[in-house]
Amino acid sequence: MSVSTKTETIPELSAEAAPEVETTLRRFLSDFTENKVAVAAFVVFIGIVFIAIFAPLISPQNPFDLAEIDILEGRLPPKSESISGTTFWLGTDDQGRDMLSAIFYGLRTSLGVGAMSGFIALCLGTCIGLTAAYFGGRIDSIVMRLVDLQLSFPAILIALVLLAILGKGVDKIIVALIAVQWAYYARTVRASALVERRKDYIEAAQCLAFSNRRILFRHLMPNVLPPLIVVGTVQVAHAILLESTLSFLGIGLPVTEPSLGLLIANGFEYMLSGKYWISFFPGVALLITVVSINLVGDQLRDVLNPRLRR
Amino acid sequence: MVIVAMSVIVFFGVMVIGNPVDILINPEFDQEEMERAIKALGLDLPMWQQYLLFVKNAFQGDFGKSFVFGEPALKLIIQRVPATLELAFTALILSILIGIPLGLFAGLKPDAPVSKTIMGGSILGFSLPTFWVGIMMMMIFAVMLGVLPATGRGQTVTIMGLKISFLTWDGLKHLLMPAINLALLKISLVIRLTRAGTREVVLQDYVKFARAKGLSNRRVILVHVLKNILIPVVTVIGLELGNLIAFSVVTETVFAWPGMGKLIIDSIQLLDRPIIVAYLIIIVFMFVTINLVVDILYSVLDPRVRLQDVKS
Repeated sequence: MSVSTKTETIPELSAEAAPEVETTLRRFLSDFTENKVAVAAFVVFIGIVFIAIFAPLISPQNPFDLAEIDILEGRLPPKSESISGTTFWLGTDDQGRDMLSAIFYGLRTSLGVGAMSGFIALCLGTCIGLTAAYFGGRIDSIVMRLVDLQLSFPAILIALVLLAILGKGVDKIIVALIAVQWAYYARTVRASALVERRKDYIEAAQCLAFSNRRILFRHLMPNVLPPLIVVGTVQVAHAILLESTLSFLGIGLPVTEPSLGLLIANGFEYMLSGKYWISFFPGVALLITVVSINLVGDQLRDVLNPRLRR
Repeated sequence: MVIVAMSVIVFFGVMVIGNPVDILINPEFDQEEMERAIKALGLDLPMWQQYLLFVKNAFQGDFGKSFVFGEPALKLIIQRVPATLELAFTALILSILIGIPLGLFAGLKPDAPVSKTIMGGSILGFSLPTFWVGIMMMMIFAVMLGVLPATGRGQTVTIMGLKISFLTWDGLKHLLMPAINLALLKISLVIRLTRAGTREVVLQDYVKFARAKGLSNRRVILVHVLKNILIPVVTVIGLELGNLIAFSVVTETVFAWPGMGKLIIDSIQLLDRPIIVAYLIIIVFMFVTINLVVDILYSVLDPRVRLQDVKS
């Protein structure tokens, strides 16, 4: 497994990277692959991303196409066969949709929302954190007050409030997730940027009269990236969990965009009559996704933390 | 600071988008009846007037009447508070009772296979979606084994006007599953904290000295180690109480536990504005209080932290 990840990542990156960068990358890779569990988790995660991207091509059935689903085949247990001869490996839901296909599409929605909100929150939080650390003074204290205020409330509560105000929808849940996450990024970036900012190379850049923007993004930002990556992986896992929780509560995504949380909520009403598969399998998919991201994040933290470097 | 935060949230809360009239009023009403109903609910006034009226009433403890139940919003929520608090505190106690011993064990013998299992379990505890675990627990214990009731609160005992369910056998059975479900995440957290603390404390000189004095292993662990790891654990647990109350929204929805979390979810879906707003104010108030208490506790438990430093 370790071999497969190396061949996947090294060629495309080293082609454009300078020799010194390549050795750093090599060391990073060899550090990372030391932990076999993390490598396995990474492979699983890549597999999940692959499934999410190519869901329309590999699912046995299109769960949105009404011509392909038959309500008479609703709530069939796993491994039962349909009238047309295909096997529903994970059973069907109340509408007669194949659960496996529904999960593939659900992964697509869940990962998409998680990654998108994570990425925008990362950009936003980084800009705000860098600005606060670099300029200091009043900007810094205002921003950090805001961050402290927000972080003193649990994420789920803030998302709940925002969604109560905004209503349902993919765009709205992304907005809510960004609002929840930016503060974590801003705090992380500010903390490491405060350390970096006192170093000589920033002073040197200032002496060369580079513009503030250039110093911020070309000099300061690359040096605060490692902690940011770690926080980023953990936050994406959080975002996916939070999104599915909110969708489960019925205040997240609309029924037309079935994420894993909605699939689980769907099966909830049938569960008490013993039809476990409608809720069970989407939950397993969610669990595998989040665990693999968390394991990769854990290992990244160990590798990227300079204090633990051997 | 507190007031600014509250008024901002209140203001946003008041501007909840969506017209509750569509949901609440019988669609077969004619125009005239509809207008009368809107007037009765106070929805005909312009937004700013509704807001001012609301602020005036809020200071007198009146958050308006629920559109759905027709009762004062504050009263409805206060009625639900004990159920939520009972659930949250039970979960808190469970996480301490389970988390600290397991974390202590994992910290004392970091290489034992049992400790590795505990740590692996705690990663799982972080990653498991609460609501899904709740559903699965319900399926196993209520549907398949039939040993625990699936939903509701069960029989309650009224003491000093509060309904309490852990004093009856039936209530206790109803409480067990939601409480474990809610505690799961916190158990993982307490395990990790206790383990990290134990591993640090075991290496300290005073522990070595206690061992050199020939004290029994049990005394060293229970007195010298445990006492010193308790401070960070207790403060974090205090902070997490707020989190537990927030997350009880999920658990209450799964187990149909009649607390305020279930009320707010129902109200959001019905656009019951007064309840949403009143809930937000109460929860903000609760959090500000919890944060304040934890800040004070810090300075009491750890003399190195002084309140003046926190302010400056």
